[in-house]
Amino acid sequence: MQKTYSNPIYPYRKSPDQDAASAVHHPVIIIGAGPCGMAAALDLAKQGQASVILDDNNTVSVGSRAICFSKRTLEIMDRYGCATPMVEKGVTWQKGKVFFKEEQVYEFDLLPESGHKLPAFINLQQYYFEEYMVNLIDKEPLIDLRWKNKLVELDSQGDGNQLKVETEDGVYDLSCDYLLVADGANSKIRSGLGLESKGQVFQDRFLIADVVMKADFPTERWFWFDPEFHRNQSVLLHKQADNVWRIDFQLGWDADPEEEKKEENIRPRIEAMLGKDVEFELEWASVYTFQCRKMDDYIHNRVVFMGDAAHQVSPFGARGANGGVQSVENLAWKLARILKGEASPMLLESYNSERQHGATENILNSTRATDFITPKNDISRVFRDETLRLAKHYPFARSLVNSGRLSMPCDYRNSTLNSIDSGFQGGLEVGFVCQDAPIKIDGRNSWLLEQLGNRFVLLVNPETLADDELTKLAAISDDLEVIDSRTLEDPEGLFAKRYALLGGHAYLVRPDQYIAAKFKQANVSDVSAAMKRALGFNLEKAQ
Amino acid sequence: MSKLITDNHFSDADAFYASLTDAHRELTPEDSERLNARLILLLANHIGDKQVLFEALDIAAQLEQ
Repeated sequence: MQKTYSNPIYPYRKSPDQDAASAVHHPVIIIGAGPCGMAAALDLAKQGQASVILDDNNTVSVGSRAICFSKRTLEIMDRYGCATPMVEKGVTWQKGKVFFKEEQVYEFDLLPESGHKLPAFINLQQYYFEEYMVNLIDKEPLIDLRWKNKLVELDSQGDGNQLKVETEDGVYDLSCDYLLVADGANSKIRSGLGLESKGQVFQDRFLIADVVMKADFPTERWFWFDPEFHRNQSVLLHKQADNVWRIDFQLGWDADPEEEKKEENIRPRIEAMLGKDVEFELEWASVYTFQCRKMDDYIHNRVVFMGDAAHQVSPFGARGANGGVQSVENLAWKLARILKGEASPMLLESYNSERQHGATENILNSTRATDFITPKNDISRVFRDETLRLAKHYPFARSLVNSGRLSMPCDYRNSTLNSIDSGFQGGLEVGFVCQDAPIKIDGRNSWLLEQLGNRFVLLVNPETLADDELTKLAAISDDLEVIDSRTLEDPEGLFAKRYALLGGHAYLVRPDQYIAAKFKQANVSDVSAAMKRALGFNLEKAQ
Repeated sequence: MSKLITDNHFSDADAFYASLTDAHRELTPEDSERLNARLILLLANHIGDKQVLFEALDIAAQLEQ
């Protein structure tokens, strides 16, 4: 069916590890070359840590699957170095329409906030997203990506892991300190270890059809509640790259997935929706059900679960791949520093606690959207329908209409890694992710986020500090860079507005661009203590 | 601290009550349900404050009281 994209086939290459007399040891092995597995390897490489990825297949995602990538995900990809092709290929949209029964209820325009390098979100087929990551990995000497390498046996112990890996040249042994698992929602490694991901199965089926339109169609997101052409169900239409349109039909629990996937059954549905005269070609189709669930603990011995294997959400609100990549970015800098002996081994536990919080928020949001789209009983449907009717005439009701909320990065305001200094009012709060702003350095245009990440940064306005204080602050750690805010020109005044750095004020920014601490009057003792805390050393004391 | 007003706050309690029951008088139970839903949504937005709304929901849910 697929015409606009042909999956690249990546060659299996024999590794010298396969001829070794005994199991070759690697600090980090990653299972699964999907968005999360590859993000983990790229992020670790940014922190100077080598890794091996094993994938049992030899290509990127077959069919489109995830399509909406949020600004935060793109900012992470930009830190790795692959956001540009994604944004160039992806579709940026901001307009949408909501329909109820036979009429349009309202339309919206998500005017993006200005002064950010990357758009609020893009629509892009998952295979492109993955392909651009593979292209970057191919140039990265710290990543060894092995296609057609299948993990067949895992012995997980408290101090490391022994692996048996199957290839066309036979089975070979590997060992690693940490095994990062991103083998998907139905993780075989998770079940093999007797671990569970628990939550709610939604008793509903959805048909996804990606179609290529022959005629022009506006770049808008259209959502129908209970339309005439598909009674009592919902339908979503939006655009991806290559003029491919994603259509998502809610089918109900009784639908037969095998029947619904057949082209002769899909065509009439789309014709009823678009009209018989609209020409289109079917690109790819799939029927899915979904679950919102997570593991109680993402860490088992030295096996760390990521992505859908760790936490899974419904597709509404685009929080699967986005939430997954955000979990990976939380993990990578911590693991790299634990392996280098620069952080407490207990820092790993904060990956679990911070991202349990992230997953809970994502599951909450996507469950709320699902409950609005699919009312659970008669009175819920009454409220839903009347909300939609009121929304046509009264703007307030539009805020209740929920066909998926935009994925926003969660905050870690209650994280044990934070240090709070109540003296610095205004600006961004501790536990929140840094916001971008246009800046100039030595007269050259740049972005604030490009200055942050991969190491700790102290963003400081030294106006009221002693002359040698900056030098002393810079000497705290090799992993800390001090940036004097006066060297950042602020042509639009947005950096000043967003960060409110008065004389003496400073932010301590983690390698994942989250704010670990704020200081009213930056000094060596407070900054050192905050950095130790962010590296998990206070967790040892707490034990 | 409770924020929901539970003492009389109506400018004309009798008139409101009469209008409420009048609005439902000719309606089927299904349409009454719709009207109630619309009324709740409109008033909830007017109140807006999360704490007030949750306190009201909490009292309303105590069906045995």
